[in-house]
Amino acid sequence: MVEHQEIARAAAAHTVAPAGWLAWTILFLPLAAFLAITFLTRKSKLLSTSLAIGSMAIGLAATGTLLLHLLRAGEHAAYQYTVNWITLPGLAVEFGLLINPLSVLMSLVVTGVGLMIFLYSIGYMADDAAYSRYFAYLSLFAFSMLGIVLANNFVTLFMSWELVGASSYLLIGFWYDKPAAADAGKKAFLVNRIADFGFLAGILMLWSIAGNQLDPKTLNLIELEQRMPGLIAQWGVNLFSPLSIAALLIFCGAVGKSAQFPLHVWLPDAMQGPTPVSALMHAATMVAAGVYMICRVFFLFGEVPGALEIIAVIGGFTSIFAASMALVENDIKRILAYSTLSQLGTMVMALGLGGYTAGMYHLSTHAFFKALLFLGAGCVIHAMHSNNIWHMGGLKKAMPVTTALFFIGSLALAGIWPLSGFWSKDEILALAFGKCKILWTVGTVTAGMTAYYMGRVLCVVFLGEQRDHHAHPHEVPPVMYMPLIVLAIFSVVGGFIGIPSLLHHAKGVHVEFNKLVALISSAAAAGGLLLAFKVYGKQPQEDPFAVRFKGLTRLLTSKYYIDDIYGWLNTNIQQRTALVSAWVERNVIMSFLVNGTAKITGLSGSLLTKFQTGKVQAYALSLVAGIGILIYVGWRCIP
Amino acid sequence: MISLTHLLALSGILFVIGLIGTITRRNIIMILLSLEIILNGVNIAFVAFSYALGNLTGQIIVFFVMIVAAVEVTVGLAIAVVLVQQMGQTNADELKLLKW
Repeated sequence: MVEHQEIARAAAAHTVAPAGWLAWTILFLPLAAFLAITFLTRKSKLLSTSLAIGSMAIGLAATGTLLLHLLRAGEHAAYQYTVNWITLPGLAVEFGLLINPLSVLMSLVVTGVGLMIFLYSIGYMADDAAYSRYFAYLSLFAFSMLGIVLANNFVTLFMSWELVGASSYLLIGFWYDKPAAADAGKKAFLVNRIADFGFLAGILMLWSIAGNQLDPKTLNLIELEQRMPGLIAQWGVNLFSPLSIAALLIFCGAVGKSAQFPLHVWLPDAMQGPTPVSALMHAATMVAAGVYMICRVFFLFGEVPGALEIIAVIGGFTSIFAASMALVENDIKRILAYSTLSQLGTMVMALGLGGYTAGMYHLSTHAFFKALLFLGAGCVIHAMHSNNIWHMGGLKKAMPVTTALFFIGSLALAGIWPLSGFWSKDEILALAFGKCKILWTVGTVTAGMTAYYMGRVLCVVFLGEQRDHHAHPHEVPPVMYMPLIVLAIFSVVGGFIGIPSLLHHAKGVHVEFNKLVALISSAAAAGGLLLAFKVYGKQPQEDPFAVRFKGLTRLLTSKYYIDDIYGWLNTNIQQRTALVSAWVERNVIMSFLVNGTAKITGLSGSLLTKFQTGKVQAYALSLVAGIGILIYVGWRCIP
Repeated sequence: MISLTHLLALSGILFVIGLIGTITRRNIIMILLSLEIILNGVNIAFVAFSYALGNLTGQIIVFFVMIVAAVEVTVGLAIAVVLVQQMGQTNADELKLLKW
């Protein structure tokens, strides 16, 4: 029972809705690939690869078709395809897709970057024994991620959200015989569990206040959007209204998935997974799901200013907090991981300031250049068999292509004109400049720090002379650098292909290009880069920063002791609570309540068996006595 | 003149005699006999009311009771015979197998 509904909007009235199978194909092909690889083609590398890559390529093509439809239909177009899933009195859950500019943009990022990373994986994972399993998991992830992107209601969204968590767990722990990888998978899963609890509570809260006598309760995003004015009138928008609380609870989900402070701890550890996985999930797409989800539900977030302020502060804090840890990190992938945290924080900050377009814009450009950087790091790791930047050095001679591509990615991340990172970051900074000078300062300082730590990586890894003379680095095969070239092209031109114009109809604040802000942020970026080249350009054998600022370095390398604090809380609070609970469970619940009930029953049973003498005449006597009592009572009580 | 009260008194006396017999006698045959006395006490009450009220329903029920009593005695005596065969006695106190 498939219903195709077109949301009738003035601008879209004269166009024909794209066929529903197009949207369903994007979502379900990767799932089909996952099932086929798992059950049929596991033995054949070639078949498994072509299934996974084919499903992504078709998904990309279908997304492109949808984009053309939307462009023709005008910017207000939105199409919805639903199947009724669970229909009960008072509860109708549907499984549905919502195609609008936002979801198509995100879907393009997921399928586009995803396709490049799938291709890259052919080279990177070529020698791995579990090659087919890897592609099966990647396909499962693509299905779940596209589920989040396309979902038209909270149930589908939450389901995909959890599936993404599961596939993330599987892929972080892909090399499960490595204890660190298995632990990192567990950590990611558990931290996300905490966040998802809040998310679920938020969804349920929104559901419970969304209905009234006329309209049944709903979780459909479009329905909710249409009901927002009524809900605002009914509940108000101050910080303690149910709407604000629901928004903050839903934001909890984003805090987990997009690794915002204080639940950021899982992301650096997640780098234990294969590098293409880090690129796809923990840089470009999955961690962006939180930001995307806020945009998707922006009709709610945009109306609750109190909650938005909290979101902006958390985002701003995360961005500078994570950038500071990247300054002293020595593992190339973890540097990029902290940088991802920091950029996600910037995006969340933009959303908190109401900059829906700016946030999504930065998300898209970031997906390109961060995937590029991660894959570049993957090439370096592939060549050097080490993650530590102090074992590398002088790679520009051995790996010129990778070096050039990594430079492009780094400069885009640092926000150097005219690369894509400049435009998107600038939009956020201009927004912050107009709204909150403190957050603008934070953003600008973060931009400088970003440039500095990327300059550090460039100097230490690619410039100068080789430090470790046992390694013999070599350029990677074309299957690995060709996808990087595509990503590099998008990192360069990402600022000119009109991503914001796709979203400009949306709610939220629009920002004009601000020359002063652009000048200051460029100066910060250039300053950061120059400082890094000055400090690290002289080919040091160890980190001069760490030598100079010992205390600060210790604070930063121990990640502000946050992991230790969580560890302490675990062993001292959680563990002890667990012990007390176990004691209560054993002694109060088990021996008193559960076994106590059984004992009382047994005792009264053994007392009552004394009356069961087996003597018929004793029974007859008690029968007579009983009747006697009844007659006496009847005689006394009934007048 | 024999009044309803006399008849009911007779009925009550028979009922109580039967009841006491049922509870106190140890021989199973005597218990069955006492049960018959109880039933007959009840029968007399039925007949007495039937006579006093001029309604035959009570007498009809008495016939039913007599038939049931006959059947009951048949089954009861058969059980007594089997008990003698199997256990060699008819003392109700010794029959404690229906115990937990």
